[in-house]
Amino acid sequence: MSDRDLRPGEPLPHYVNEAPFDPHRADTLTPEQERYYQASQWRIMWWKFRRHRVAVWSGAFLLAVYFAIVICEVLAPYNLHTRDTKHIYAPPQGLHLFHEGEFIGPFVYGYDFKLNMENLAREYAPNPEKVQKVRFFCRGDGYEFWGLIAGDFHLFCPAEGGTLYLFGTDRLGRDMLSRIIYGARISLTIAFIAVSISFVLGVIIGGAAGYYGGMVDAVVLRIIELIRSFPELPLFMTLSALLPVTWSPIGVFVGISVIIGFLDWPGLGRAVRAKILSLREEDFTTAAQLMGASPARIIGRHLLPSFTSHLIASITLSVPTAILGETAISFLGIGLRPPVTSWGVLLNEAQNINTVELYPWLLLPVVPLFMVVLAFNFLGDGLRDAADPYK
Amino acid sequence: MLSYFARRLLVMIPTLLVISLVVFFIIQLPPGDYLETLIAEMQAQGEKVDQARIDFLREQYGLDKPMIEQYWLWLIGILQGDLGYSFEFELPVVEVIGSRFWFTVVLALATTLFTYIISFPIGIYSAVRQYSVGDYTATFIGYFGLAMPNFLFALVLLHYANVWFGLSIGGLMDPKYIDAPWTLDKVISVINHLWIPMIVIGTAGTAAMIRRLRANMLDELQKQYVVTARAKGLSPMKIILKYPLRLALNPFIADIGMLLPQIVSGAALVSVVMDLPTNGPLLLRSLQSQDMYLAGAFLMFEATLVVIGVFISDVLLAMLDPRIRLGGASSK
Repeated sequence: MSDRDLRPGEPLPHYVNEAPFDPHRADTLTPEQERYYQASQWRIMWWKFRRHRVAVWSGAFLLAVYFAIVICEVLAPYNLHTRDTKHIYAPPQGLHLFHEGEFIGPFVYGYDFKLNMENLAREYAPNPEKVQKVRFFCRGDGYEFWGLIAGDFHLFCPAEGGTLYLFGTDRLGRDMLSRIIYGARISLTIAFIAVSISFVLGVIIGGAAGYYGGMVDAVVLRIIELIRSFPELPLFMTLSALLPVTWSPIGVFVGISVIIGFLDWPGLGRAVRAKILSLREEDFTTAAQLMGASPARIIGRHLLPSFTSHLIASITLSVPTAILGETAISFLGIGLRPPVTSWGVLLNEAQNINTVELYPWLLLPVVPLFMVVLAFNFLGDGLRDAADPYK
Repeated sequence: MLSYFARRLLVMIPTLLVISLVVFFIIQLPPGDYLETLIAEMQAQGEKVDQARIDFLREQYGLDKPMIEQYWLWLIGILQGDLGYSFEFELPVVEVIGSRFWFTVVLALATTLFTYIISFPIGIYSAVRQYSVGDYTATFIGYFGLAMPNFLFALVLLHYANVWFGLSIGGLMDPKYIDAPWTLDKVISVINHLWIPMIVIGTAGTAAMIRRLRANMLDELQKQYVVTARAKGLSPMKIILKYPLRLALNPFIADIGMLLPQIVSGAALVSVVMDLPTNGPLLLRSLQSQDMYLAGAFLMFEATLVVIGVFISDVLLAMLDPRIRLGGASSK
């Protein structure tokens, strides 16, 4: 540091940037920041959601599964009801690519059946002579697509005169893989319907309770408390005993969905009520009221959108509960009945310990069940994190 | 605070009355009654149905009276400690339940203990060491318990317990002890059989609890008082156990109330699969065969326990958390 004044034109002793001074520099945003600040709430949520890798993969998986149940007739190699009396309780056939060192593409070895006369067990031995090549994009078992259009086109089917039991067969010689694929359609649809019902009930009842408060609120709260103070399973049982035996399987299917949905709404109803209770004190609600909007419009148009994302997350998390609930009551034999086939109905056949010992492949429906429930949970977790994008 | 509790107690009375009404409605809901089931069964077996006897039974059990009167008689009976008569077992309901009651209590206690012992350390660990290998493992276990239907888990575990440890399948004790008097061997046999249902039922609860404890702890650990505590040099153990854990525990105390009803119907499905001598399967069966007084007693008992349990939770919360105590009645 020197004390003397600088002479005009003399260079400064320290570095000075030549660029003109911009007093607003600290306020200008980089393009990234700008993109972030200008993005809509949903866009930010999407960015945040994308960071949760597992949730994204789960979402993709679930999309694939839901696509699969739309076209399950084509995906399944057999028809739901096709019986092969020559292959009862056949174990899964392994998929091979090479036969005696030679590549032939995916194929299975056909089974030789032998009845063990000592313990009357059915014994199936793969016969290396019978090479049965899997056909793709082929004609196989006939079906009616969505019960409307007759067809026989499959993504893959067994060789002519051969078998293709990748997941084994059940006690009537029906292909487990096909049954699991068809079962997915029922199990996932039932959960979907049930959750929709519970959503509508929860939003309407919870919304009314939160918005009107007072008596309405007290009554709704008591009802919710009442429903929750009963154990779930017995309630399921009594309610499903109400469904007349004479109903068609489809009727029972709808009935069960309604029951599950009806027992599921109190949780959502409480959440909606709590949110609306606090939101109705906001200025924008008062403004809407003063402008003469009806309560339904205020709730639906102004209050609900403030927490749609939370609603979506909690719905996603309640789907697996519905799926497991259906499985549980069908497992007990009081839910869906054959010929409607859900994962619970399939597991109903795997009820006793003999199955685990002798025909463990009958337990296979639990694998997709497990995966779907997991995926819904991961997706729900991801959505819940993303629901509060500003946190 | 006393007046708050007194008010809570008073509110319980109308709640219980409404519950009793609903319970009676529920057990009456399915079409027909037990006698019709009985008649159908007898006809199916080719027996002749004696109309006089049916009428006698119907009158005996008051099934011919109007619904309201039946309800009134039932309610009065309950208040006097008479739970009614089980059609199927032909015994007073109290005796039918009594023999199974203690097994259910033991199982519920063991399961709860198991759940707490497993989930507390894991939950705390996975919150403190977020995103560590241990955290991921714990999360995985949690999700496993969540996604696995536990009746199937029970089946598989039952099978392997038999294959590996030679345990008899099903039941809570070796078959040879079932009607034997209580001896040390019998107790040991019960303990040996207890662990499978304990693990199966416990895993489902553990999963939910680990996740909640972890989430609660994570919320607390970010707060400034934790930073302060760390800055002033408290030992890590103390920082965690002294404050954040205590705050994170509130929801569990609120849960204690929900443990009581477990005693009645706890894990009915698992018990059915494993053939446990607990109340759950009995409840399901009584519902199926329309053994209405037995079912009614169960449901009533359970709902009462829920109401009492919620009350206990509220009392505990108020005692443990000054914020709730001083905040007055808005404790929910």
